[in-house]
Amino acid sequence: MAVASSRTTQVRASHRTHHREAWRRIRRHWQLYLVLLLPLIYLAIFRYWPMYGVQIAFRDFTPVEGITGSPWIGLVHFERFFNSYQFWDLLRNTLGISVYSLLAGFPIPIILAIAINEARRYYFKKAVQMVTYAPHFISTVVMVGIILQFLDPRIGLINKAIAELGGAPANFIARPDLFQSIYVWSGVWQGMGYASIIYIAALSSIDPQLEEAAIIDGASRLQKILYIDLPGIMPTAIILLILNVGQIMNVGFEKIYLMQNPLNLTTSEVISTYVYKVGLLRAQYSFAAAVGLFNSVIDLVLLVTVNQIARKIGDTSLW
Amino acid sequence: MKLSRGDRVFMAFNYAFLILVLLIVAYPLIYILSSSFSSPRAVVAGRVWLWPVEFSLRGYEAVFKNAQVGTGYWNSIIYTVVGTAINVVMTILAAWPLSRKDLYGRNWLMGFFTFTMLFSGGLIATYLVVQGLGMVDKRAAMVIPNALSIWNMIVCRTYFQTTIPDELVEAAELDGCSDIRTIWHVVLPLSTPIIAVISLFYAVGHWNSYFQALIYLTSADLYPLQIVLRNILVLHQFDATMIMDVEEIMMREGMKDLLQYSLIVVASAPVLALYPFAQKYFVRGIMIGSLKG
Repeated sequence: MAVASSRTTQVRASHRTHHREAWRRIRRHWQLYLVLLLPLIYLAIFRYWPMYGVQIAFRDFTPVEGITGSPWIGLVHFERFFNSYQFWDLLRNTLGISVYSLLAGFPIPIILAIAINEARRYYFKKAVQMVTYAPHFISTVVMVGIILQFLDPRIGLINKAIAELGGAPANFIARPDLFQSIYVWSGVWQGMGYASIIYIAALSSIDPQLEEAAIIDGASRLQKILYIDLPGIMPTAIILLILNVGQIMNVGFEKIYLMQNPLNLTTSEVISTYVYKVGLLRAQYSFAAAVGLFNSVIDLVLLVTVNQIARKIGDTSLW
Repeated sequence: MKLSRGDRVFMAFNYAFLILVLLIVAYPLIYILSSSFSSPRAVVAGRVWLWPVEFSLRGYEAVFKNAQVGTGYWNSIIYTVVGTAINVVMTILAAWPLSRKDLYGRNWLMGFFTFTMLFSGGLIATYLVVQGLGMVDKRAAMVIPNALSIWNMIVCRTYFQTTIPDELVEAAELDGCSDIRTIWHVVLPLSTPIIAVISLFYAVGHWNSYFQALIYLTSADLYPLQIVLRNILVLHQFDATMIMDVEEIMMREGMKDLLQYSLIVVASAPVLALYPFAQKYFVRGIMIGSLKG
């Protein structure tokens, strides 16, 4: 009995010292908490308050009644979305564009980084890097403007070239079957240089002794790339892959919305543009919030899943 | 070092590949630049391939005379300068305390920030919050809802943790410097590189974005440049206040087509002109960010 109570006293005593220690640290750095207050308020208002507001997805929300005043209707909006004629198109377009972007866009910056790394002439390397990074800084609007100009049926560069070679000009931007390819490859053109920066950095951090040893052992350049460089950047590549797969339900609104026209909507309407049109333009707040919530939840599940898989396979993961 | 024959073949292919990439990226940009300096007739007739044809500044004349473009440019400058200033302050205010190891509750607080990268309330809920605050169709909507990027904050925090020596901070504390004064006298002077990096990231973000303006702004005099660009380049809407016969002359001479190219150049020029100088900061910023991520 005496032993037991002294154990509990010990535990309670250590809790007390722990609390005292905690308060001491807090009081010592109270100004740091004050400094953090402003960002925390920002987070609370603009990130967490909307998370509270997302519950309108389960309500029949009207601005007049407010969030808590609107009646709770459960999964009605979700059922409506899943049963709507557009659901499968939206899902197919969103996933299709994402997967296409990933397949086309993931390997190319790696290849570019390796190629730049292998080049020997300093000024040439710098020139290639400078030129390929540049398109990243073109705004989305300007990029789509360029795409529309180049594909213009009358005076666009592409059609001019086709005409010179004897073919017939076509209105490419109006064709639903070409939309995803135009979207993806213009994205690769714009982003491959910038995306290669991380890989170039990773390549430059590979131990040069490893590379020299391989060459001394008689490896050809190609072999060196396969056996030294690629494994060296694999951790970076995996992390980026995880991040990208986690975003697979998030086709960026901006570029798609600009490239949409009435003729290509069957392949160009994705979840994010649908939420914008139905929710903000047509003011069906609750319904659009439900669609958006569906999207966010899938994102979260995907990110966690892919991270778990990566952790099982290797030892690189996001957390 | 002597290269084997296989290696030399490889190097040849490598250089050929890189030259091809260089051309694929550079040619469209050169084409746009050349078209913008050509005459309307040449552009419409499709005679421009590599160099300007019938060199002319008419395209630029039309761009600079366009009132919408002028307003848009001015608004974008305001949003970028004010927005970036707010961003940098917010980022440092968050990053510094979170970089201090003896901040009690640090992990919880960090989680509070990073959770927002995993899940969000979504477009509709965020819009309703901004609307509820009365910010819709006000300039504030362009700089406050996006006041902090968690990603940039993490980059900044990593910088603080790796570059500002703990000994220095402790010495300041021993000298009686309060936490806030430490930020002012110790952290900020040492932070010039990271402030440059995140300022650039934020500034480019502000300058190039149109989504914020699209959803929150409805008054034309508040539109940033990108919205004006969208109207002209994507929706092909031209200034309704232009006099009718000027419109006709323009259309007859293909000025609308030329205008697009000149506008693209004018809109991208500031960023692309500054970018070579700022490039190494961007690269450094990405590398700092990738160390943590």
